[in-house]
Amino acid sequence: MSSNPRLSLGPNLFYWSRDDIFDFYAEVAEMPVDIVYLGETVCSKRRSLRTEDWFDLADRLSSAGKEVVLSTLSLLEAESEMLTLRRLCENSRFMVEANDMGAVQLLIKQGVPFVTGPTVNIYNPATLQVLANKGLKRWVMPIELSKETLAEMQAERPEGVETEIFAFGRMPLTLSARCFTARSHNLPKDDCQYKCLDYPDGRLLSTQEKKPFLALNGIQTVSSLTCNLLPETAEIKRLDVDVLRISPQSQHTGCIVEAFHQALQDEPPPPLDRYVPLGTCDGYWHGGAGMERLKG
Amino acid sequence: MELVCPAGNLPSLKAAVDNGADAVYIGLRDDTNARHFPGLNFNEKRATDGIVYARRKGVRVFLAINTYPRPDGWERWQAAVDTAARLGVDALICADIGVLDYASNRWPDLNLHLSVQASSTNYEALRFYQENFGIKRAVLPRVLSLSQVKNVVENSPVGIEIFGFGSLCVMVEGRCILSSYVTGESPNTCGACSPAKFVTYKETPQGMESRLGDVLTDRYGKKEQAGYPTICKGRFEVGENTFYAIEEPTSLNTLELLPELQTAGIEAIKIEGRQRSPAYVAQVTRVWRQAIDACKQNPDRFSARAEWNRELGKVSEGATTTLGPYYRPWQ
Repeated sequence: MSSNPRLSLGPNLFYWSRDDIFDFYAEVAEMPVDIVYLGETVCSKRRSLRTEDWFDLADRLSSAGKEVVLSTLSLLEAESEMLTLRRLCENSRFMVEANDMGAVQLLIKQGVPFVTGPTVNIYNPATLQVLANKGLKRWVMPIELSKETLAEMQAERPEGVETEIFAFGRMPLTLSARCFTARSHNLPKDDCQYKCLDYPDGRLLSTQEKKPFLALNGIQTVSSLTCNLLPETAEIKRLDVDVLRISPQSQHTGCIVEAFHQALQDEPPPPLDRYVPLGTCDGYWHGGAGMERLKG
Repeated sequence: MELVCPAGNLPSLKAAVDNGADAVYIGLRDDTNARHFPGLNFNEKRATDGIVYARRKGVRVFLAINTYPRPDGWERWQAAVDTAARLGVDALICADIGVLDYASNRWPDLNLHLSVQASSTNYEALRFYQENFGIKRAVLPRVLSLSQVKNVVENSPVGIEIFGFGSLCVMVEGRCILSSYVTGESPNTCGACSPAKFVTYKETPQGMESRLGDVLTDRYGKKEQAGYPTICKGRFEVGENTFYAIEEPTSLNTLELLPELQTAGIEAIKIEGRQRSPAYVAQVTRVWRQAIDACKQNPDRFSARAEWNRELGKVSEGATTTLGPYYRPWQ
């Protein structure tokens, strides 16, 4: 049994104003999280922070004692995006979370250790081994994999590779060339008017029975329900997971981090239902449909 | 430009071969490929028959092993690769890094193509697969505009194949888990999007309802034809509006882009639809063969003939077609 798992704050998936982002990360500096992932992973048109600003923020959080990791864009389409990607991968100070195989390639060429995010498809030990040989330091398990798969992966995990799981947040489910937030306002992507700013946790999409289903986040679609593995912390520890990821939301992120921190100290955590936009789910973890709430 | 056509069974393979395909792609009868549908695909004997038939007419056969094995399924994927090598297919189409690693080490002479399911949208990603596994070709996800496709082709270490026609995945292939969010099964893990066993249709006072699992994907008016409840093609409520929030039921059709695709140096055009009938395969292959030949002969004067688009329209989802992401305003 290794030491207690650490807590990470994943990259913010949503589009917030510059002030809101700086205020948020000023609070994060005080939160009991060990690792902070920074950067724009969804849409290159979101520019409330420039790459320079992310580096500044990284410095600040690093000075506050956090391990800072820079996260890359998940869906790369334009050459301008490749330029930003190169800048991040060639930075010599912070580790990088690769969110697509292009970033993995650039980091291998740099010869630096790297993290893979949940949209890099690592589904089996053979894949994990190939990437470990190339410098993979930590992998975030893909969202749809279960604790059974995790147990099998952990049994064959290469020496020195850490495992991180997505433990809390609206789950990133898919990416597209099309911007669905713009589409929902009848706007083309090239003239989106930055509508994502109006939906700090995504824009709700419901079925015709008025049941909340998904949330539109620009070119990304996330779950309307919030994945919550807080009740699973004992099991997570038993599975020797190194890092639990909490995905930022516009409200109450500090309370959520505090609850996980308590749970990892074996103190009874408070229920989190009142801190999420809608309900919670845990289906993927238990091997079911992602939207199911099977325990907790 | 090579024409690569789908075959879900031997009659479809023959239809593709007889109507002018340069290559046909198939899958085995299990979850090792992304069209793992009941009654579809090839066992070893049928695949052998298909390869013999195709070879006799100078047509190549590719085999897709393009899903992602989890630890408990690993041996099945290994066995599938071994089967493909034994069959002597002209190329193996793979997505998973572990599978590519196994195939390139165990069968170094086997041609490897990178599947669309590998979700690689840029040339740096393609370099990874080329440098590590020696892939010879890559199929691009349907997320790039035409100018972005050109940029990838210019910088890619391998030949590029793109989708020309068929049902349109709106999401980036290989990284969409909408299906498992609702059903527990996704293309990556189980080889099917929105698997049929979770689909129900029910007549109600509000109209015909289609569901995937418990999720209502659409309600149809009296004059509307009910579609398949793929999540991304459903009608949902966002704000005050009920509409196709993600995409209408429509098919991709890039016929009119052919001269540009040829100039761009696209190596192959792929037709979607291993789950479709031999009649579909025959019809689509015939039209595309004519179009590619016409374009090769005289690219400057090429235009998509009305009768071609009419033929393709008949077999399209929702009977409509789109240029999809290749055409920027669609995005």
